[in-house]
Amino acid sequence: MSAAAPPPSRRDALRALLGAPAVAAAMSAGGCGARGRPPLPDGALVGGAERLGHRVRDQGAPPVPPADRWSRVGVVIAGGGVAGLAAAWRLARAGMRDFAVLELDAAAGGTAQSGRSPVTAYPWGAHYIVAPLAHERALIALLREMGAIEGEDRDGHPVVAEELRCREPEERIYQHGRWYEGLYLTAGETAEDRAERAAFQREIDRWVGWRDGRGRRAFALPVSAGSDDAEVTALDRMTMAEWMDRRGLRSARLRWLIDYACRDDYGMRPAETSAWAGLLYFASRVRAPGADSQSVVTWPEGNGRLVAQLARAAEGRVRLGVAVCDVVPRGAGAVGAGGAAGARGAGGAGGADVVAIDGSGQPFGVHADQVIFAAPQMIARRVVRPLRDREPSHSSEFEYGAWMVANLHLEGRLREPDGGYPLAWDNVFYRSPSLGYVVATHQSGSDHGDTVLTYYYPLADQAPAAARRHLLGASRDDWAEVILTDLGRAHRDVRERVRRLDVMRWGHAMVRPRPGFAWGGARQAAARPIGSIHFAHSDLSGVALFEEALDQGVRAAEEVLAARGIASESLR
Amino acid sequence: MTRAPSRLAPLLFLNVFLIATCGLVYELLAGTLASYVLGDSVTQFSLVIGLYLSAMGVGAWLSRFLDSQLALRFLDVELAVALVGGLSAPALFIAFGRLDSFEVVLYGVVVAIGVLVGLELPLLMRLLVDEIEFKDLVSRVLTFDYIGALVASLLFPLLFVPRLGLVRTSLVMGMVNAGVALAGSFLLAPWLGRRGPGVRIRAGLVLALLLVALVKADRLSRLAEEELYADEIVYTETTPYQRIVVTGGHKGGFQLFLNGNLQFSSADEYRYHEALVHPAMMAAGGAPRRVLILGGGDGLALREVLAYPSVERVTLVDLDPAMTRLASDLPSLRSLNRGSMRDPRVRVVNQDALVWLGDAVGEWDVVVIDFPDPNTFALGKLYTTRFYRLVRRALAPGGAVVVQATSPLFARRSFWCIVATLRAAGLHVVPYHTTVPSFGVWGYALARATPFDPPAHAPKGLRLRYLDDSALAVLFDFPADMAPVDVEINQLDNQMLVRYYEGEWRRWEE
Repeated sequence: MSAAAPPPSRRDALRALLGAPAVAAAMSAGGCGARGRPPLPDGALVGGAERLGHRVRDQGAPPVPPADRWSRVGVVIAGGGVAGLAAAWRLARAGMRDFAVLELDAAAGGTAQSGRSPVTAYPWGAHYIVAPLAHERALIALLREMGAIEGEDRDGHPVVAEELRCREPEERIYQHGRWYEGLYLTAGETAEDRAERAAFQREIDRWVGWRDGRGRRAFALPVSAGSDDAEVTALDRMTMAEWMDRRGLRSARLRWLIDYACRDDYGMRPAETSAWAGLLYFASRVRAPGADSQSVVTWPEGNGRLVAQLARAAEGRVRLGVAVCDVVPRGAGAVGAGGAAGARGAGGAGGADVVAIDGSGQPFGVHADQVIFAAPQMIARRVVRPLRDREPSHSSEFEYGAWMVANLHLEGRLREPDGGYPLAWDNVFYRSPSLGYVVATHQSGSDHGDTVLTYYYPLADQAPAAARRHLLGASRDDWAEVILTDLGRAHRDVRERVRRLDVMRWGHAMVRPRPGFAWGGARQAAARPIGSIHFAHSDLSGVALFEEALDQGVRAAEEVLAARGIASESLR
Repeated sequence: MTRAPSRLAPLLFLNVFLIATCGLVYELLAGTLASYVLGDSVTQFSLVIGLYLSAMGVGAWLSRFLDSQLALRFLDVELAVALVGGLSAPALFIAFGRLDSFEVVLYGVVVAIGVLVGLELPLLMRLLVDEIEFKDLVSRVLTFDYIGALVASLLFPLLFVPRLGLVRTSLVMGMVNAGVALAGSFLLAPWLGRRGPGVRIRAGLVLALLLVALVKADRLSRLAEEELYADEIVYTETTPYQRIVVTGGHKGGFQLFLNGNLQFSSADEYRYHEALVHPAMMAAGGAPRRVLILGGGDGLALREVLAYPSVERVTLVDLDPAMTRLASDLPSLRSLNRGSMRDPRVRVVNQDALVWLGDAVGEWDVVVIDFPDPNTFALGKLYTTRFYRLVRRALAPGGAVVVQATSPLFARRSFWCIVATLRAAGLHVVPYHTTVPSFGVWGYALARATPFDPPAHAPKGLRLRYLDDSALAVLFDFPADMAPVDVEINQLDNQMLVRYYEGEWRRWEE
């Protein structure tokens, strides 16, 4: 082994995060040559809102703002992720603009944040939606605002503008020195593999065609549009792996596809994922049995474009870098001096007081008629006073997975192995613990020149707390080594091409739909308002998708509109 | 003066033979290369042979000024021939791609080799004159000289060009010359005295240099690539976007290949480009002012466009700056496109056409779309409804667009897919086709935003070689074997066209 090999700590990180075989392969490919490997590219750990968040978590009693630091607003939206912005958007659509969005992070959008370089915009997390079906009224309304709907097809479903539908080649998969079309590895498929794939497809088709007594689909996006029939919810009592076992589906490549799907949407392995969630991934995005999947809809900055559209409705009403640390229903015990003088709420339920810390560490208070609490439940239980005072049993049901997302700024394009399928939007490595990378410039139509790759890695193999420790314990250089080693399998020149490599660590990236979570009652209970406090977050749907965050935000906003007596046709 | 042992004389005559062979090979190389890249082989061969022979005369005349150290002078001249002659073909290829004044370099190299070769025989004869009786010397030297010429003229077309190609032939001949010099340093050792080792070191260096060049030439993968092409490769460049190859050869014309696919042959490209450009110019009223060319980096469609005095402004968008530079600088291509790329009315943009069109402002009376066939996704996106909608948006009222649309005979579904896609983008389409010997039957789609009749007249006063009113009239009929077929439209997210195209051409290749 030469001096070119990564230092020991990074080797450990490699072994832990990519697995021993990958490390061995990387060492033999690049480590023992006479040529030293180039130094790691520049880059940094980005984000870091967790520091402020953890300060709130670790504080004792919440601060009490002085009397002159109180104001009043009709609706406080705590959380400027997709759910919070969606709530703001929905209120604004109804002409209700007396609201304020308080966001912990330095940027709005939550895990759908995005960045921009001189070359292109690029995502920091969520990066696509599925083209909506006719029942997804809120999403269609949003896309219409953006000019993203071209018309309707014969069945009345919207047609998303061609330039937003993911351009072919959409996906490819790498194995043993070659790229292949699609996510399922057809090369070398045996007759049994093919038969099992067909059997799986028949199961999916059956669920695609299934309707309950009220005509609802078994699996729909948002989840609230789907069925809660016992036949469907029964699937939530087993894992995806068990569901596969019961059907005798053992094909390694089929099981890998399922594994990929579970990690891609939920950051979990099939042995932990609810079969209901696992099937949702496949069945919700097909309109009718035998039809192709709905198009993937994406932008260079991923769902950052949707965030920007939602945020437009909240322009001037979003405060960033603000940590909400106490939410108190009025009448449940006044906060500070201003509390007693609180104005009467238009909602009639007494209103609520919100205490937050601004960027300079100073507390301030807001009297609100209603609060839309649009942050995950792990924060709600520490911040919303009734939940903090007496933690309900459902709180502990909410678990969140850890993710690492990196953006690699390239000079030119990576060298491709000879003869394989060309560079696609989504590029996946068979049997890698990563999810591969997407190409930011793909959708802008550019096939040459500098670009940005976004690399996704869910920490799916450990319990959430341990995974988070692992995530935060690895340095930027550790992660860079992992990423470059993983990519280096297919692209030998990756280390020479990457000019910058930034790493985002999402400690609580996605709610984890384990068996029993989606239909065990926890999320339904957590979604119920407490007085004037309404809840909106994708975790209340059980799965962390843009469509769910939008739906939850719209639902909470419509609850508030109803409480305020503002008539507006529902978007749900 | 020391005398060379007379038993070495036969070896010295072998030297004469080899020198003569190499000298003629260099001459043939220069003549061939000149006729490949500049065309007009009669003129080129006449000029090269004439210059070469007269330069040899100059060399012979100059030999009288060399009085001392004749053996050393002879060997150094030999090494100079090895160097200049050996590197002549690679140097000329490189110069051809990069220099405007290629002819100056070409004739300079020919003269230099001629002078050096011309020096050699007189020097050698003066060395041997004391050794061999004069009448024998003259007879044998000239005999071996002419035999060498015969051997060269036989080997060159039969063995060297087909087996080695021009570049390697030149390098190998250089090595033979250097080898002669090295051997000569031993044969002529008595004359050289202590200067012998210095000559050997120089010969070794020249040999090593030529060997490196030979290895490099192989590494350029010419060997494999040359077998792909019927004609000699005269220019290659690998850009980030594509591999550009220009071949020239036996028939006098030249061809452009992108990624191994023929783009045009100079012999019949006029049929392709006249049929591409003029129907659209006529469909737009016959006197368009603003023209947009997408693709067409060879400047040939541009040549046809610029023939219209009404044209005030042309924007040409081609992805690859190397391609547009080649069209502007390569002498043969520049003369074929009549310097169109340097016309002051033309603005060249090197950008992906889809990306460029997305941001483009302005209206165009005619849009000429001349992309390579849709055999990759990166090209297929330039044939989608999205792309054609952007084109429609860029059309001035009454404007026309024409698309090169591959062969309706070989790739029938592909052709009709392009037509259907244009229609799906809201355009009214009139498909047509012509015959280009290099390509076979070739298809185009003419379109406007409003319904229109195909043009009935070819442009007047442009002195076209192919397209006149009667040729135009028959373009629009499709016989049964090219008649429309049911196809899906090509969109960014299905790229149907690439799939059709792949299937269809594969069938013809089998």
